[in-house]
Amino acid sequence: MSLARLRGLLLRYYYCYSRSSFRILDIVFWPVMDLLIWGFLTMYMMKVNNNVPGVFTFFIGAVIMWNVLYRAQQAVSVSFLEDVWSRNFVNIFVAPVRTFEFVAATCISGLVQSVCVSIILIPLSYWFYHYNFGALGICMIPFFINLILMGWTIGLITTALIIRWGHQAEALAWAIPFLIQPICAVFYPVDVLPVWLRSIALCVPATYVFEGMRTVLKGGSFSTKDLIMSVALNMLYAFLAAMLFEYLFNEARKNGKLTKMNT
Amino acid sequence: MFPHNSNLAYVILAFMSELVLEIKNLRKEYGAKVAVQDVSFHANRGEVVGLLGPNGAGKTTTIQTLLGLVLPTSGTVNIFGMPIATERIKILQRCNFSSAYIWLPENLKVRENLNVFAALYQVKKAKEKINELLEMFEISQFANTLTGKLSSGESTRLNLCKALLNDPELLMLDEPTASLDPDIADKVRKLIVKIQKEKNMTVLYTSHNMKDVQEICNRVVFMQHGKVHAEGSPKQILAQFKQKSLEDVFIRIARGGDLIEEEEKAGEEA
Repeated sequence: MSLARLRGLLLRYYYCYSRSSFRILDIVFWPVMDLLIWGFLTMYMMKVNNNVPGVFTFFIGAVIMWNVLYRAQQAVSVSFLEDVWSRNFVNIFVAPVRTFEFVAATCISGLVQSVCVSIILIPLSYWFYHYNFGALGICMIPFFINLILMGWTIGLITTALIIRWGHQAEALAWAIPFLIQPICAVFYPVDVLPVWLRSIALCVPATYVFEGMRTVLKGGSFSTKDLIMSVALNMLYAFLAAMLFEYLFNEARKNGKLTKMNT
Repeated sequence: MFPHNSNLAYVILAFMSELVLEIKNLRKEYGAKVAVQDVSFHANRGEVVGLLGPNGAGKTTTIQTLLGLVLPTSGTVNIFGMPIATERIKILQRCNFSSAYIWLPENLKVRENLNVFAALYQVKKAKEKINELLEMFEISQFANTLTGKLSSGESTRLNLCKALLNDPELLMLDEPTASLDPDIADKVRKLIVKIQKEKNMTVLYTSHNMKDVQEICNRVVFMQHGKVHAEGSPKQILAQFKQKSLEDVFIRIARGGDLIEEEEKAGEEA
């Protein structure tokens, strides 16, 4: 991997985002709206019925952590789509850029976006609701890493599918994370799900993170076994996603779909 | 002496003969459709080769294969003595490409776009190189303008700046003067010729403007229905087809070549 080329790809994102207030707004606006809606909704729920212990902290924590995953995924998929929309896709791939470098640049962009969103949401949640995200303690780090990893993986799969099906599949960039959201128990415990869905939920790395977050906020400790499971699943899916991307990318080079993306 | 597919053999042969590009028996199928069949041609160092043919002749597929964007069904593509299939990155570092139909991101300024590509091609002294190219193509006044605000002529010149950033040894130009007014087209054409001669660059040039081709190209490869229909210097091609201009040759090939000859004979007999 060439660091100079990686710098070139990142420079492009920097120019793109530093120029456009709409892009920055897009990154910040939706997470803040999520935080406000879920925050005020839970405040209202607490007034009406205060029987659910920790409901408030669960929801706010979940909103922040979901946005970490979502931003990481969006950066990977949307960065690719940006090149498609600007018809710059071919210029990038006729330059001596390895697909790995291209993917790495989108992942770094996702990491930066996730960190920025967290930096905004954490103080905001404290300001509005006196929510102390720091209560998660040191667990925040493995939670954060796992969610970023899963976001990148979903982003890579989404991009691979867009390459496979072309422009008509662009909506997948926004749809796929929300297909996973109900399964990975972001806002409720896995126990709520029907039994058959629970086993699927346990195959999703983020489930362990959201379950772990609730355990920690309830005063328990995050199980090392769950952490290992989450990391192991993430590594497995990241590997499979990379294989899928490589396969579909080469298929697109065989059937000419790659160049069609530029039209 | 060497095994046919040996990289070393290709490198040595390419060095000896100054062979820059060699395509052998290239075939590309998209399902049942054959886009390119049994295409073979080459380009030597310092040569300007025109790749011509009507729409759907297979020129674009051929260029896309040279750039590694499309994988061939069969056949080999060697550039600088290396196969594109396995040495894509090394080859692309020494090549560049510009097309009238591929744009640079409109939301980046002219200089920013060039900065990005200078980094991707790892250009040394990038700032100086960018300034030099912007001046050469007379667009330095737009260095801080958003690319989306450029006219099509200015955009084409920007694309050419990008294509020359890394001083490519092989430059592939896909209709570089399309959408340009005659004045700008003439300037661009002259600049391409000047740079090509100065750097002894190999250029693969596609265009529908036969005047361009006649003026610039040392050799032309006419394609039709995915095959090479004719190959030679512009003079040889004119003699071969008994026509006065490449435009007439183009029209003749596009309309079926031999068929026209038969029609002409029939007309004479009548």
